[in-house]
Amino acid sequence: MSQALNMLSGLLLFLGTLFFLVGSIGLLRMPDVFTRMHAAGITDTIGAAAIILGLMLVAGWSTILIKRLLVLIFLMLLNPTACHSLARATVHGVRSPWQGTSKRQ
Amino acid sequence: MLVLIVIALLTAMGLALIRAIKGPAVYDRILASNTFSTKTVLMIAVLGFLTGEAEFYLDIALMYTLVGFIVTVAVLKVSEFGDLGQPRPDSGENRQ
Repeated sequence: MSQALNMLSGLLLFLGTLFFLVGSIGLLRMPDVFTRMHAAGITDTIGAAAIILGLMLVAGWSTILIKRLLVLIFLMLLNPTACHSLARATVHGVRSPWQGTSKRQ
Repeated sequence: MLVLIVIALLTAMGLALIRAIKGPAVYDRILASNTFSTKTVLMIAVLGFLTGEAEFYLDIALMYTLVGFIVTVAVLKVSEFGDLGQPRPDSGENRQ
């Protein structure tokens, strides 16, 4: 049981780290602010959830588990909200999306 | 293995910092600072697991989550309205 929990925790930690690296490369390489938002915001949410879940699995029944659960809940609530309000502010400023794909068709 | 996770998170934070310095618009910088604060929270959580004093580190991470969100929304409001959204004295009649 403990072995299975450790393996699952390692898998989740690896997955979260992978999401973070991919999201940061996308944040650096994407051509537009909206595509950068897609790369960074979404992978931040799922990567943070995976890493905190992976740490929660090895915590045992203690107050550390509750605190990690609180961090997870706040991250899952606040990160999409911040990304959504950022997208709204970007649309409200005079920023049109990237036209590169429609030119090639 | 957890040290590798911290190193990967530091690499991701460096990439986000490059975007925050280089970003052409203010929205790129705000997005980069938001992801930077999320990565800082996770790095504090992993460091707490590494050092064995997870209770104190998780309190700091919890506070950093809330402060990061408030900073993001406040900087967005300032960049959109020019202030924090106080009612102006001359715009009372135009409000609907």
